[in-house]
Amino acid sequence: MKSYSRNKRTSSLIVNISLALICFLWILPTIGLLVSSFRTSRAIAESGWWYILPHQAWVKISEMPAPTGTDPDKPITIEGVTATFEQFRAGVESNGKRLKWEGNRRLGTVFVEEQRWTMDTRFTLDNYRAVILGDQFQEKQEDGTLRQIQGNDIGPSMINTAVVAIPSTILPILIAAFAAYAFSWMNFIGRKILFVAVVALLVVPLQVAMVPILRDFARLEINGSYLAVWLAHVTFGLPLATYLLYNYISQLPRETMEAAYIDGASHFTTFTRLVLPLSVPALASFAIFQFIWVWNDFLVSLIFLGPSGNLRVMTARLTDMIGSRGQDWHYLTAGAFVTMLVPLIVFFSMQRYFIRGLLAGSVKG
Amino acid sequence: MSTTSSYGFQPTRFLTALIMLAIVIAALYIGFDLLRAQAVPERTDALAKFAQSIFDNATPAGKLINGIFAILLGVGGMAALFWAANGVVEELPETPKRWLLPYVFVGPMAVLLIFLYIIPTIRTVILSFYDRDGEIFIGLQNYIDTFTVSDMWDSFRNTILWIVLGTFFCVSLGLLIATLADRSKFETVARAIVFMPMAISFVGAAVIFRFIYYYAPEGSNQIGLLNAIVTTFGGQPQAWLQYNQPWNNLWLIIVVIWMQTGFCMVIFSAALKGVPEELLEAGRIDGATEVRIFFNILLPYIWGTIVTVTTTIIIFMLKIFDLVMGMTGGQFSTEVIGTQFYRQLFANRNIGWGAAIATLLLVAVIPVMAYNLRQLAQNRK
Repeated sequence: MKSYSRNKRTSSLIVNISLALICFLWILPTIGLLVSSFRTSRAIAESGWWYILPHQAWVKISEMPAPTGTDPDKPITIEGVTATFEQFRAGVESNGKRLKWEGNRRLGTVFVEEQRWTMDTRFTLDNYRAVILGDQFQEKQEDGTLRQIQGNDIGPSMINTAVVAIPSTILPILIAAFAAYAFSWMNFIGRKILFVAVVALLVVPLQVAMVPILRDFARLEINGSYLAVWLAHVTFGLPLATYLLYNYISQLPRETMEAAYIDGASHFTTFTRLVLPLSVPALASFAIFQFIWVWNDFLVSLIFLGPSGNLRVMTARLTDMIGSRGQDWHYLTAGAFVTMLVPLIVFFSMQRYFIRGLLAGSVKG
Repeated sequence: MSTTSSYGFQPTRFLTALIMLAIVIAALYIGFDLLRAQAVPERTDALAKFAQSIFDNATPAGKLINGIFAILLGVGGMAALFWAANGVVEELPETPKRWLLPYVFVGPMAVLLIFLYIIPTIRTVILSFYDRDGEIFIGLQNYIDTFTVSDMWDSFRNTILWIVLGTFFCVSLGLLIATLADRSKFETVARAIVFMPMAISFVGAAVIFRFIYYYAPEGSNQIGLLNAIVTTFGGQPQAWLQYNQPWNNLWLIIVVIWMQTGFCMVIFSAALKGVPEELLEAGRIDGATEVRIFFNILLPYIWGTIVTVTTTIIIFMLKIFDLVMGMTGGQFSTEVIGTQFYRQLFANRNIGWGAAIATLLLVAVIPVMAYNLRQLAQNRK
């Protein structure tokens, strides 16, 4: 029995170490993004984001004017070290010190550097200001001058995303909850076939319905308006919403319902006063699931709001930035983090409901 | 509580309810037309002019006002519609009321699903036999093109790579992490960390990983994590997303593994919690190693869950789109079926071909659909 418990202890150590390793790998990409989004453009271009951690690097301890009047084509002696100009340009090491020539041959400065523990702390909030605002803003250049730059408009497009996401979350819940109530507690012709349709549609990729919808919406002249993207999101969310809410609402105790009917409550009253409040956990599960999915959606809004225009959502703006500012990592990382902010807050504050929604709806197509 | 209708049909009350419903519908129509008018700048009628004057989408403040109006209209309008429609039916005599009321409840869902999901799906299948404008019947030509154009072959090959490798790693890593976490005191933290990428958009993830894969020529500062690691160990920096096709697809698949493993893990975690403790203890007392317990007890016990999760992930991989658009835009032979659908439909403006690709997606999910429906029929019995 003793060896059994010792085995248990070593195996639990192995478990925890592997788990820690996996968690480290998993969180590293996000940390890299977050850290980079606060670094200056120059810092990002010069060093990887991990240089914010303590590391050994050459640090300037003193400087002196470069010797003048020397023949620039011959070896030069500085501080007892002899080397060519090119070697000094790259830095010459001796006795744990490094001499580095900054500037041109005639006029320059020699830096005396030493290896020291250091951290790169060139942080800034300018990246966020630049991506959130849509107006012109001034970017400080490496040489200290200012340059006019067009902002990236992520802030205003966040309003668009919210206007798309909020109704696209509430409406399917409202419509599906009414339907789930009818499926659970009412009898009507077509009930069975309609429910079969709901289950069948759970796995139908939304691309399949997109082409004809797009043509209809074009005829109705609603493409490019919120209306089009809501209708699309609501419809594509309905099968899962109805299925999840039906599973919950049909399990509510029959006696409670019957008591309400006997008291003379109409179906509408029973639904709004009794069923909706009782179903809050299921409603919340679906709400979080749908909200995160709609907030992060790119395809549906791209197709129904169009690839340009004032109403574009954040994911579309960020995709533009990847295209137009693919190398400007200080903006891209900040932009990406702004788009992630709301879903991450929702996720961490309501993880429990989110998981429950996933568990109940792991059949979604 | 409305018990009034049991006293019989009262024409005045019915009429009032009918007028209420008419008002709600009219208000909704005008409101939606205001939203619509913004999308059609050419319109010059009075309503459109009014809409364009009050909603200035070019400024953040204008956007905000427009947005709040739109949200209130959309959400409030739908709620008002339910309320008003119910009001009318409630005033009817008992028998027609009992007949009609369910349709008030289920109606909006049925209308949306039928007109925006079921009928469009059928029309897509029909359209797939038509030409690029969706007007001339061309038989199977779109499908023949789909299977003979070499561009499409790349997409099929890549989608299969995504499905096979992506699904395999998501499911097996998810299972591994769930099993590890199940035995650890740090389960909650570990699960939250692995699960978190699910809350990140594909476009956001694309930025994260493009930065990790970033390539700078040899000799310059490697600010991308992967090339920094490679050069630290003496290797050559590489443009991971561009060279060594088709294996560059693997670097994209890694992103989806990072994002979707959390989903598998969460579901498996719940399933593992359902394995009776006595079963495991019995195995341990019999001297079985943890590895044997995993393969001989845990795995068979949660097999049903594994199948469900695997099918879900396969369907997910089948539709992958945003991530490829964000990572490579489909360049460097990373195109998949999802991006081809978009490209044929929009860049190429070929409706018939786009519909054919969508139909293939539909065909691919039909076995899962059939399985779900059979389960439903069995549960009913």
